[in-house]
Amino acid sequence: MVGKILKRLYIILMFLFLYAPIIVLIIFSFNESKSRGTWSGFTLKWYIELFRDAEVLKALYYTVIIALSASIISTIIGTFAAIGIYDMCGINKKIVLNLNYLPVINPDIVTAVSLMTLFRFLRLEFGFVTMLLSHITFCIPYVILSVLPKLQQMNKHLAEAAMDLGATPMYAMKKVVIPEIIPGIITGALMAFTLSIDDFVISFFNKGAGITNLSITIFSMARRGINPVINALSTLMFTGLLILLLVINKRSTKNLNKEVKLYEK
Amino acid sequence: MKMKWTSYPYLLWIIIFILVPLVLVLLYAITATEEHISNLEFTLDNFNRFLDPKYFDVLWVSVKLALQSTVMTLILGYPIAILIAKEKPSKRNILISLFIIPMWMNFLLRTYAWLTLLGKNGIINFIISQLGFGPLDLLYNDGAVLLGMVYNFLPFMILPIYSVLVKIDNSLMESAEDLGANKFQVFTKITLPLSIPGIITGITMVFMPAVSTFVISRLLGGGQYMLIGNLVEQQFLWVGDWHFGSAISIIMMIFILLTMAITAKFDTQKKGSRGLW
Repeated sequence: MVGKILKRLYIILMFLFLYAPIIVLIIFSFNESKSRGTWSGFTLKWYIELFRDAEVLKALYYTVIIALSASIISTIIGTFAAIGIYDMCGINKKIVLNLNYLPVINPDIVTAVSLMTLFRFLRLEFGFVTMLLSHITFCIPYVILSVLPKLQQMNKHLAEAAMDLGATPMYAMKKVVIPEIIPGIITGALMAFTLSIDDFVISFFNKGAGITNLSITIFSMARRGINPVINALSTLMFTGLLILLLVINKRSTKNLNKEVKLYEK
Repeated sequence: MKMKWTSYPYLLWIIIFILVPLVLVLLYAITATEEHISNLEFTLDNFNRFLDPKYFDVLWVSVKLALQSTVMTLILGYPIAILIAKEKPSKRNILISLFIIPMWMNFLLRTYAWLTLLGKNGIINFIISQLGFGPLDLLYNDGAVLLGMVYNFLPFMILPIYSVLVKIDNSLMESAEDLGANKFQVFTKITLPLSIPGIITGITMVFMPAVSTFVISRLLGGGQYMLIGNLVEQQFLWVGDWHFGSAISIIMMIFILLTMAITAKFDTQKKGSRGLW
């Protein structure tokens, strides 16, 4: 009994540790004063000001645009790459897989400075394009890593059977291979999106004049004190995601219950 | 089906955006400052410079803090992973997602929020002073940076251990108990050895970002606080000495590859083609 209480207490303490800063952020998004230390009354003004703050809105715009484009492009390149890699064998496959692993195991900052060196070497102007290219580069490996296992689970003869029955390779891919691996593709795309939207280090080194994302804006604000508008925006994004998760969770637990019932029969 | 060609665009991408950049960094690291790329001179000065105690201390502090945060996340996270893995499936899914949800909020902002908690007039100092102790200096020191690392990387330790633990067949533990093992023996003889792959993944997932961070140290350690990540940032963005910056990046990379190779040695259940080692 005491053991059980202790276990509960431990989990609750850990949750408190993880959520304390988030609770603070949300509370201070309703704080009247601009300072982060003191509470001086409830207000909603930061939520209204958010929609007038050109700097934050611009950063949000670039964050979303880059995350969307990077996740779409990296999902397409990554899915095709995974299909191709799956078809390779022996040493070639090993080399490509290990190279693909490099951006995953390399620290962010090394990937960031190496891309920065490349862009300077190519004399590309730092800005939207360099940021997008670097985001695509660090997203593709994760797409491949989530699509490959699905390919390995797939029955190898399915596509061959389709082609025996007269399907062209492209048609077999569209009708057989892609539907089989679609869960992996979706996971990869979501992963790419979240990685891109949350990225700071790689964006920070490959940004250009006038092009920033939310993370960079927050970092540069940190010195002079973060505008509560950012707290308001984060609160909105956080609750939005939370609601999304609850909806998905409700649907999937329904499906799970159905499966359990089928199993019990 | 011949489908190899679908990976060719990505192979080209790998060459341009992964291989060439790393070669360029290596090239910068072993050459001296020159105006034009055609008259670069080979030198190891950039690496020699790093042997200066001033810089070596930075490396030492970075590695020390990264190791400390890895050990702390392991000590704090392992019990959590076990406790959650023992719950019923429906309950443990909710509990484990509660550890993922915080990561949805921008990590800079979450780290920044610790300033409010730890500051002179912060909440923690308020509680301490209510208990009758003077305000403590909780910010801008090693402890604050360590706390930031543990806070940010704890889920990276819990998740891989948890996902290994839930896959362990319960009947293994039960049969051990039937054969007379006590709870401690079940843990040391079955749970712990079987969870080692998760621990290895957790260690690399915490150690790597911890040793290379420059954000946590900048926010919680203050403007003067130097970790190896800050040194790289400083050389590339503020000093403009790309050659020295590249050399430090190479040292950092080698360090991390070595750590991975060492930890992989302890991993008895290699998964074959997945990793580098």
